[in-house]
Amino acid sequence: MSTTSADPAHAQPASTKSLASFGLPPIVLYAVGLALLVAGPFFVYPLFLAKILCFCLFACAFNLLGSVGLLSFGHAAFFGASAYVAGHALKVWGLPFELGAVIGTAAATFLGVVFGYVAIRRQGLYFAMITLALAQMIYFLALQLPFTHAEDGLTGVPRGRILGLFDLNNLYVLYYTAAVIFVAGYLLIYRITHSTFGQILKAIREKEPRAISLGYRVNDYKLLVFVLSAALAGLAGATKTMVVQLASLTDVHWSTSGDVILMTLLGGSGTMFGPVVGAVVVEMLEFYLADSGLPIQAVIGAIFVVCILLFRRGIVGELSHLLDSKSRGKAG
Amino acid sequence: MSLEILMGQVVVGLINGSFYALLSLGFAVIFGLLGIINVAQGTFYMLGAFGSWMLLNYAGIGYWPALILSPLIAGAVGVVLEKTLIARVYKLEHIYGLLLTYGLMMFIQGMFVYWFATAGRPYPVPLELRGGFDLGILFLPKYRGWVVVASVFFCFATWFAIEKTSLGRTLRAATENPQLTRAFGINVPALLTFGFGAGVALAGFAGVLAAPIYSVSPLMGGELVITVFAVVVVGGMGSILSAIVTGLSLGVVEGLTKVFYPPGANMVIFVIMFIVLLIKPAGLFGRER
Repeated sequence: MSTTSADPAHAQPASTKSLASFGLPPIVLYAVGLALLVAGPFFVYPLFLAKILCFCLFACAFNLLGSVGLLSFGHAAFFGASAYVAGHALKVWGLPFELGAVIGTAAATFLGVVFGYVAIRRQGLYFAMITLALAQMIYFLALQLPFTHAEDGLTGVPRGRILGLFDLNNLYVLYYTAAVIFVAGYLLIYRITHSTFGQILKAIREKEPRAISLGYRVNDYKLLVFVLSAALAGLAGATKTMVVQLASLTDVHWSTSGDVILMTLLGGSGTMFGPVVGAVVVEMLEFYLADSGLPIQAVIGAIFVVCILLFRRGIVGELSHLLDSKSRGKAG
Repeated sequence: MSLEILMGQVVVGLINGSFYALLSLGFAVIFGLLGIINVAQGTFYMLGAFGSWMLLNYAGIGYWPALILSPLIAGAVGVVLEKTLIARVYKLEHIYGLLLTYGLMMFIQGMFVYWFATAGRPYPVPLELRGGFDLGILFLPKYRGWVVVASVFFCFATWFAIEKTSLGRTLRAATENPQLTRAFGINVPALLTFGFGAGVALAGFAGVLAAPIYSVSPLMGGELVITVFAVVVVGGMGSILSAIVTGLSLGVVEGLTKVFYPPGANMVIFVIMFIVLLIKPAGLFGRER
């Protein structure tokens, strides 16, 4: 029933399994990943890394929705709304970061319920169009509501102290806070997709009529995973506001929704780790292109096109496919 | 509140509505035929406007020839893109069509921003259409009247071409059942290319019409296409006529909102979409599938 060849967007999360068959147990990979995560700030500017981690979490949250076969074109709404609300809570209400993040995430969750309830009434392409249009509403709200300060955005958001003890203006404290949030989010997503609930999501993605005939309330499952995805995207947005001390219109703009799709697609949608790789690549690209004088938007667009025409499995997907066929060749 | 302001905004609304109608019409043609959500529809609108601006400034070709040439150029660009890139994703899931056209939009818009920056460039109103009519309750600039008349005419011409001509019949047949149409010896891939080119040319035509009203800028189509999405969801893509009616009436509603509650003007169409989805998810004129 796997549609891996024709339908790579919904490919199986096979990366760890296939790498395992290549002689590397997943635990080793995760140990390497964790080591990189811990050692990272000693080699790269911690603030930049912390920002990348926020987008990694954002992309993973977006990818969670793919596990039920939905593609949202409006995830910037959750990311951005939470970024603004958390920014307001930190700056104007003077709340500590933990509370700000909770309030921001709660706002994104609420939006997720409202948008999800409306959007899942239509499927496939319509779902994508509707989420894009709904997200545009949030963009206009952000443009007009007084607390978002329109074009200026929320600037100079204070970071405060984490747990009331450690100063987040210390870049290492900042980085490890972001890292802990990212790992927690990642583990939660892993837990969701590898649970019975995740299996049902997969069943719905593979063949919705069959899932319905088995007695599952398909729309309830879709809504729940949509809300979870929105909430985690919100957590990423709130953390980003604290890290870069800014919430701006870019956060709610449709191009941010497009960026997160590109991250997932480029890294490998349907794989657990793909969105992380994609987010790192896209963020690095945007950072290094910023000084090159090249038109970033056009480059991103070109990568999009190449990605869709030539390697739809994405980096992680292609890699594990390659290793898979190699090991299979050896065995046979 | 004066009647003059009210009527003025209704006219502005009709103009915006004309653009919504033209764009969603082209959009519906492409979606019906190719099953592709063309996110780049706004980009071709921008190309149409830029085409006429370039024709004027680089070749000295005025508004009237540009009104024909520029949509043809946009259509030709569309045909090339369809042949080289878009045709490759027909066999894949439909969502890839959306992502591909999104990538194309980013690329084309990015290149235009790179070359022309984001500042708007003025395009003069053609001599014949300067001035206006004093209708008593409002002063109607000739050009604005022309835009409404021309787009409504073109919308109905498209409707006529699709519903009443033999070419339209073939197109509809290819939409309903491509395999069977092919079995009758009709070149369906060529029809698809033509359909895409035609849908895109409609957007280009809207762009030329828009050039003298809004200034010509690389960013002019990006936001518009999202509004057009909402219009399409509200209308439900049931028929060509519903696309026209929905486009025009939502434009007027937007104009009226500008009078009664200005901050809500750019959101009202999305709010209406939200309500329509709650009450009738298939859209006002759509059939439940």
